[in-house]
Amino acid sequence: MVTFTHNTMDARGALLAALTLILFLLHQDYWNWRTAYPLIFGYLPIGLAYHAMYTIGAAVWMAVLVKVAWPSQLDKSPDEERGA
Amino acid sequence: MTAAIFVGVYLMAVLYIGIFAFRRAGHRAGGHAAEDFFLAGRSIGGFVFLFSLFGTHMTAFAILGSSGHAFSNGIVTYGLMASSSALIVPLLLLTLGTRLWSVGRRFGHFTPVQIFRDRWECNHTGTLIFLLQATLLLPYILIGMIGGGTVLRTLSGGTIPYWAGSALVAMVIMSYVIFGGMRGTAWVNTFQTLLFLSFGAVAVVVIGRGMGGFEQAVTSMLADPMLSPLLTRERIPTAVFFSYTFMPLSAIAFPHISIFCMTAKKMTQFKRTVILYPVCILLIWLPCVFLGVAANSAKDIPQIREKQSARALLASEAGRMPPETLRQVRARASGDDVLVLLLNHYAPVWLAGLLGAGIMAAVMASDSQILALSTMFTEDIFAWYGHAERHGEQAQILTGRIFIFVVTALAYIIALRVPAGIFELAGQYAFAGFSALVPLFAGALYWRGSTKLGALASTLWVLATVLGIAWFQVATPAPQGPPVTYLSLGGVALLQRTATGTAVAGFLPVLPMTVVSALLMFCVSLVTPKPSLATIGRYFPERP
Repeated sequence: MVTFTHNTMDARGALLAALTLILFLLHQDYWNWRTAYPLIFGYLPIGLAYHAMYTIGAAVWMAVLVKVAWPSQLDKSPDEERGA
Repeated sequence: MTAAIFVGVYLMAVLYIGIFAFRRAGHRAGGHAAEDFFLAGRSIGGFVFLFSLFGTHMTAFAILGSSGHAFSNGIVTYGLMASSSALIVPLLLLTLGTRLWSVGRRFGHFTPVQIFRDRWECNHTGTLIFLLQATLLLPYILIGMIGGGTVLRTLSGGTIPYWAGSALVAMVIMSYVIFGGMRGTAWVNTFQTLLFLSFGAVAVVVIGRGMGGFEQAVTSMLADPMLSPLLTRERIPTAVFFSYTFMPLSAIAFPHISIFCMTAKKMTQFKRTVILYPVCILLIWLPCVFLGVAANSAKDIPQIREKQSARALLASEAGRMPPETLRQVRARASGDDVLVLLLNHYAPVWLAGLLGAGIMAAVMASDSQILALSTMFTEDIFAWYGHAERHGEQAQILTGRIFIFVVTALAYIIALRVPAGIFELAGQYAFAGFSALVPLFAGALYWRGSTKLGALASTLWVLATVLGIAWFQVATPAPQGPPVTYLSLGGVALLQRTATGTAVAGFLPVLPMTVVSALLMFCVSLVTPKPSLATIGRYFPERP
């Protein structure tokens, strides 16, 4: 479990942040800009199908983040959080 | 008219849910009446939390506006507004929403301004943030009111006039928000979300069959040089597309979303919401955008042919038209009703009615915004300036209910008198304004070194830029052709007036507004006094 402290992130946190940034950049699919082809399922232009898949990819990435970077320390009382 | 009857039944169902929530609240309030009314006693369960949060965020634009935008601009609509939100919004819920929930529960806060005041030990800065948030929220409330009246008029074929439709929607919303509070609003939003999520799937199947299959529709569009660009993104500059990815940041700064984050019973309820949020976006936006684009091939619908003629006229003659003619042609070319037109043409009457209720569910998103405004007023102004202490929690709730009545009545009166276009324009600035407020949330919840003067600098910047852009767009005429440059440096066009708004170095204003807001928060905080160590320690307990 990755623990995000209040000011710093550990190495795994930084890796997750970097991967999130890559996913963010993948939103700018300039290579699909000027074409409708291929038509996915025979009618979905590639520019639309790509972003539909991107949306599913975002859901999968959120599932990963929830699994490995859930801020469970926020669910504790301040005393528990201090480790008392 | 059948559709209007379905909508009437839907409105009664919504009213019943609100009243049921009121009766339920009577048994549960106990000694925390204000918390129960404004935050549903911080007891919202996982299912309602997901669907209500999604329904609260998706306004009329998700259904009517998205298909209308796609009808005119093509498939780019999905990438501009849906897929970027699919990543950014759940990320915000995971990183900032959970922290809002945590500090809200630990310190008893109801609103972001309460958190800011406590975190930065400030008074007037909090009041300024309240005023800014409230001002930016107003256009959304009005758009919802206008949308309700317009949809009822369209669905009834003009039998229900705009003033009566808006009044009916205003009264229903007012009733269940006043009686049901947050619990009633959350339940109604859940019901609405389920309705309009099922709307998308049914609409695709019915309209697809009616059109003779989508393959034929897309093939005919590809063969038409006027329509084929709608199946690509070649008409949208890449810098504008990139700028749009900053818009979803606004989600967490919207008071109705940030306050709603504090209603969850357990923090684990964010888990399902964070994961399923993109799926909900896909389910509602993909059908609406695709149907909006495909509507261009429905040549058998006379109104759609007329819209396309108006669009062609705009493309060739816009620069030579007098302003009034231009406005009329633009209104004729607008695609906001294409989904309703497709339904009326291809769906059986009873199904069109049912789907009309689904559309109505989407346009009635003003409820949570009105409640949020009321919560902010009673907590950030009424309670902060000592009235709650003096008069007790019941007086606080009564104040909240009176405020809801006054705001809804005022919104209705304004909606009758001022053209919708003005609010759409105001909504455009408001989106950027809320996005640029996000550094305040990040600073307060993540950075020990943030200060009230950093927050003040950021807030003043947002206020100045929202007003500045509004003034610029009113003072300079919108060009009909390419953008007009008003300020350039070294050959780079820094400030341009475009046909639809303003561009800063080719980007939408939201991008520089947000980046500069973050820089101000950071730089000013570095050189100004910090809150007391005791306060910082409460928000950022040291680990052993």
